[in-house]
Amino acid sequence: MQPNANSPRVTGSLLTDPKFRAWIFQILAVIAVVALGWYLFNNTQHNLQSRGISSGFGFMEQSAGFGILQSLIDYTETDSYGRVFVIGLLNTLLVSVLGIIFATLLGFLLGVARLSHNWLISKLATLYIEIFRNIPPLLQIFFWYFAVLRNVPGPRQSLDVGETVFLNIRGLYLPSPTPTEGFWAALVAFLVAVAISIFIGIKAKQRREATGQRFPVLITTLALVFGLPAVVGLIFGNPFIWEIPELKGFNFQGGFVVIPELVALTMALSIYTAAFIAEIVRAGIMSVSHGQTEAADSLGLRKGITLRLVIIPQALRVIIPPLTSQYLNLAKNSSLAAAIGYPDLVSLFAGTVLNQTGQAIETISITMSVYLAISLAISLLMNWYNKRMALVER
Amino acid sequence: MKFAKTTLAALAAAVTLGVSVQAQAGATLDAITAKGFVQCGISDGLPGFSYADSKGQYVGMDVDVCRAVAAALFGDATKVKYTPLTAKERFTALQSGEVDMLSRNTTWTSSRDAAMGLNFAGVNYYDGQGFLVNKKLGVTSAKELDGAAVCIQAGTTTELNLADYFRANNMKYTPITYDKSDESAKALEAGRCDVLTSDQSQLYAQRIKLAKPDDYVVLPEVISKEPLGPAVRQGDADWFNIVKWTLFAMVNAEEMGVTMSNVEDLAKSSTNPDVRRLLGAEGEFGKDLKLPKDWAVQIVKQVGNYGESFDRNVGAGSELKIARGLNDLWNKGGLQYAPPVR
Repeated sequence: MQPNANSPRVTGSLLTDPKFRAWIFQILAVIAVVALGWYLFNNTQHNLQSRGISSGFGFMEQSAGFGILQSLIDYTETDSYGRVFVIGLLNTLLVSVLGIIFATLLGFLLGVARLSHNWLISKLATLYIEIFRNIPPLLQIFFWYFAVLRNVPGPRQSLDVGETVFLNIRGLYLPSPTPTEGFWAALVAFLVAVAISIFIGIKAKQRREATGQRFPVLITTLALVFGLPAVVGLIFGNPFIWEIPELKGFNFQGGFVVIPELVALTMALSIYTAAFIAEIVRAGIMSVSHGQTEAADSLGLRKGITLRLVIIPQALRVIIPPLTSQYLNLAKNSSLAAAIGYPDLVSLFAGTVLNQTGQAIETISITMSVYLAISLAISLLMNWYNKRMALVER
Repeated sequence: MKFAKTTLAALAAAVTLGVSVQAQAGATLDAITAKGFVQCGISDGLPGFSYADSKGQYVGMDVDVCRAVAAALFGDATKVKYTPLTAKERFTALQSGEVDMLSRNTTWTSSRDAAMGLNFAGVNYYDGQGFLVNKKLGVTSAKELDGAAVCIQAGTTTELNLADYFRANNMKYTPITYDKSDESAKALEAGRCDVLTSDQSQLYAQRIKLAKPDDYVVLPEVISKEPLGPAVRQGDADWFNIVKWTLFAMVNAEEMGVTMSNVEDLAKSSTNPDVRRLLGAEGEFGKDLKLPKDWAVQIVKQVGNYGESFDRNVGAGSELKIARGLNDLWNKGGLQYAPPVR
């Protein structure tokens, strides 16, 4: 209760004033925290100096001098530690994004499958979930890397599909596209197709809401996105030349290689996280009252449509918050990459760079801040999506 | 889990460097004397240098350095506790004070001396980087390795030398990097890589651990200088001196013909002034080093001289059968040379 503005203020010792006291304690707490931080920083500086250990971030500009197995941007040994950091970060993001996509697809499928009325499908989904969510992710990574992918034949006995795609212990070799003159025309055609598809999608939705008539959006979109660039390609010439990998010397040269470390890590993380997502999806669907299904049935909607248009949109409100946690876990678990030599941020920057420079404090704090930033970014994105999907109260 | 261990070590470094009282001269030595044993960082399993034998005892050339330091300091070579470290963990472990000394086939370089705050006490093994390949590949020279996939240990000088060598010879390679040398060896066997590169001594040691050692051959090229030796952290000159002179004592003992079997007799009866000074019969050299008078006697009696340690662990008396080569004494055509005790 706020005292009436006109009523005389209760006067007394400042020390007995709860408001004043609260302020004092908060200020003292802040001072203590700042002082502790300052003490730690100062003492660290002093000790580093007295032990002759370099400090500061100057090393980021020095030349790294070692090779890296996989980099998404150009890299040579003369590039700086700063660039190595970026490569590690991109490799971490790559495996996280791939993992999140696969885990979500697989998780939704399994969550729905577990609720299936088909006995076999539902039991298989249960079996999958119970097995994979109860085995630690590191062991699963080892399983895929050492037990499965280590038994693929060597480069000279590669398995191949039509002499264009090759699989061996060094990785999966795919033909890589090189753009030609026709590329820009095809790109424009592709963008136009996407724009038209979006327009059709909006119109179809409006029509459905106005008249209840449905339009086959998926088929037209696929036809447009693939068909239009193909037609343009016929006119302007092939947009790509495909570079086929070829066995030269020790290894396949040319083309595009997916390294087994990336495959093992992505598989293990997606399969592990999918088991959790499946349970979240199941919980979400079960939270939608059965009356909704019955209402949809009585309207004569088919099972698939009921699921897609009635159940899932309502279930998403329950699903999204815990799903965010699973995405965060996946991104953080990607640091287990170090165990199988995938050059992620931890293995490359907090491992090799730390060791070559000896600057433990700097590299570890940078690495920790990066994971913090990645996790906060995922949270923000998912919160925004959650807000969009949340029940709009009218 | 390696990553957790590395991170923990790094965090420990951050915390201890932050919280510990400011380093003083003699602090390390005082702490070791007080606790009564030497905490020694060794390799995580490298035959000949540091590995656990069939009885579970750590043995090897690097282990011998730790034992010799304990023998000099406490008169008892068993007063050592070992911390097996990967290449990636080793420096943070030493910097943070988790170990007192590092005796882990570590290459002496300028940046490790200057930027990492280490002091190398000397060189107990002169090595160079080489390549181990499967005979099936039909490769006879490292110059034929263009395009090869190469297995290496993360965070080593070999990682850097490899890049330099391939760049200098205008060749391409794919680096496959693991934390542990065992993982690299397994990857070579499985065919994940064509070549394993490391210091030559390590290659010989790794080879005898493979399922079919005879299928693999070490290529003739040596592409770098790898002076391997024990290191301590900076800030305690007394402790640095003890480790340094332990190493020198072992080399001097070999040069003077002092061995495990004759050291006690020589300590009493030798008339050679060099031997008398080393073994404490003349002068107060042990006291200057803050060691007992019979420090060198204890080293040789319990661990042996440098040549004995070499033969027993990596040389003629071992499975590895590595020739003395660069590691022979200076007066026999090698590089092992120790300053005199006087």
